[in-house]
Formats: sequence, C-alpha cells, structure tokens
Amino acid sequence: MTETFDALARDDVLRTLATWRDEGRKAAIATVVSTWGSSPRPVGSQLGIDGDGNLVGSVSGGCIEGAVAKEALEAMQDGEPRLLEFGVSNEQAWEVGLACGGTVRVFVERLEG
Amino acid sequence: MRASTLDAILVAREAKTALAVVTRISDGAQCTFDGASADGPLSLSSAQIEEVSDRMRNDRSGTFDDGALFAHIYNPPLRLIIVGAVHIAQALAPMAAITGFDVTVVDPRGTFATEERFPGITLNDDWPDEALEALAPDGRTAIVTLTHDPKLDDPALQVALRSPAFYIASLGGKRTHSGRLERLREAGFDAAALARINGPAGLRIGAVSPAEIAVSILAELTAIRHGQSAVRAAA
Repeated sequence: MTETFDALARDDVLRTLATWRDEGRKAAIATVVSTWGSSPRPVGSQLGIDGDGNLVGSVSGGCIEGAVAKEALEAMQDGEPRLLEFGVSNEQAWEVGLACGGTVRVFVERLEG
Repeated sequence: MRASTLDAILVAREAKTALAVVTRISDGAQCTFDGASADGPLSLSSAQIEEVSDRMRNDRSGTFDDGALFAHIYNPPLRLIIVGAVHIAQALAPMAAITGFDVTVVDPRGTFATEERFPGITLNDDWPDEALEALAPDGRTAIVTLTHDPKLDDPALQVALRSPAFYIASLGGKRTHSGRLERLREAGFDAAALARINGPAGLRIGAVSPAEIAVSILAELTAIRHGQSAVRAAA
C-alpha cells in the first residue's frame, strides 16, 4: 500500500525525472503556469517526458499531453524553453481536445544532464 | 532546468522544508529561494523576493510581473494528525495520504496503533496531549479526534485549540459533542475557540460505514483547505 501512496504522491514526477537523468536519458519538464476558466489540473501540475516519449504525471485530463510531449521532444533537441497555450479560443486546442472550456498555459523546458 | 535545481527541490522535499523555484518565462533562467536567500542565475529584486515570500506563505504557485516570471512553490505536505487508531482511522489515514497529507495516527493503546492495521502510516503511541505538543501543529496542520473517549479526545482538543491548526474536528453525535463542548468551556475555552471545532466531524452525506465516514471527514477537510468555509452551514 505504501507503493500506492508513493505512486500517487505529487513528487513522483520529479523523482522519475531525476532517475531518467541519472540513467543518461534525455528529459523535459512541462509545468502548468496559469489557467483560466475550468481546467482539469491546477497551476504547478507537471508532466515529465523522456527522449522516447515516456510520460509521468499530467498537465490536463489527458487532452493535451500528446501535443505537449511533441514540443518537449523538440525542446530536448534545441534546448529552447517554450510557453504553450491551449484553450477553446485556440484552433489547435480543439484539435488536441481541450474542449472543457478552459485555457491553460504550459511551460516546457529541457532538463539539463 | 539545471540538474542542481532539480536536486535542490528533491532535497527540500526530503527535509520537508519549503522551496520556491522562480523561472523567467522568456528564456527559462531560474533561481531557487528557500525563504531566506536566492540561488541561481536569475536574480530577483527585493519586490520580487517579497512576492515570492508571500506566495510561499499562501501556498500559491503562479505567474507575476505581467506573466514574465513564474514562481513554483514546493511547500512540505499539509499534515493530518488523527487521534484514535480506530476503524474509521484505518480508512481515513490512507485516503488522506493519497490526497497528499502527511498523516500521523496517535493512540496510546498499543493494540490499536499497529503497523499491521496502518501499513505505511506514521504511528505515535504517546498520550494525545503530549504527542500533539511534540508535533507542534501549525497553520498547515489538520487535527481530527476519533476515539469518542474524553480521556483521549479532550486533551488532544485542548492542545489543538491552542494551536493555529487550520482544521479541527471531533467525531461523535450531537449529545457527545455538546458534552465535549461543555467540558472544554469549563476548562476555560471561550465560544470563539469552541467554534473552531467541526463537530460532529464531517459533511452530512449519509455516511454509515467507517470508510464512508472517512469520506465525509476528508470531504469537509478538503473544502476547508480550499476555503469553502460555507459548506458546513449548507449541509
């Protein structure tokens, strides 16, 4: 049962990222920095992405993780941080499915080795 | 993010101390701030330090300076102290842990507070008042008494009421609760102090089983944690 707590505990994302880094894998962190209206995850929620596209944590209810991961893989390559915005006013948001009436801004940065 | 920044966050979590990471959105430059000093390539003005300190006190991550900076507040988990290693506690402790609380169960009766009944939960077998004084509840601590036994609940509540705990609740029906309030009044607590006790503990959701009662208590605790103080009056 302790393992269940750990798996659900909020520090799981950062611990996993540290493990990936220590294994020499490329990694990036996506963080919800602001939200408007109804959004599924609060500010500070994080998604970890490794170079193979493995995910840990979440920045939405599953709607935008794929799009965020794509940007994260690019950030791992060029080292440039990115600020992504998803919302009903954004064409891309419909494509990726954040149709819950909210807007969310996600900051994506590479984790340095 | 630099490797050293990630390590600093993990070290602070392990030590259960607060840490803020401030990011300049335009280029990703960062610094950490532990409440006293900042460390890292991003330098902050005194006004920005004040803003971050305020956010640490209020547990509020977010952007500021017109969205130019983002403060990520990594505060230690909220604490829940449960007095009484009873059946309801067996449900409430793991549920609260999943919700993100650092849970301690206090019960001097050795047969109740066992690792077998509470796997992975911190147990304390001191007398409740001594245990609570040692745990020093602060404004990020919740306290729930579940024993029904005045010998155990009352001393715990006396310490709880002298602390800034953000949630204090006590299990027991209306009669039990009014008797409890009467004893605490005689012990010198005024009406304002007694009004801090959420009693009988939990929202009225028709809970019957121990697990359901745990849900009702955790629901009330969640509501108060997020400032929904009117929820009780509406119940």
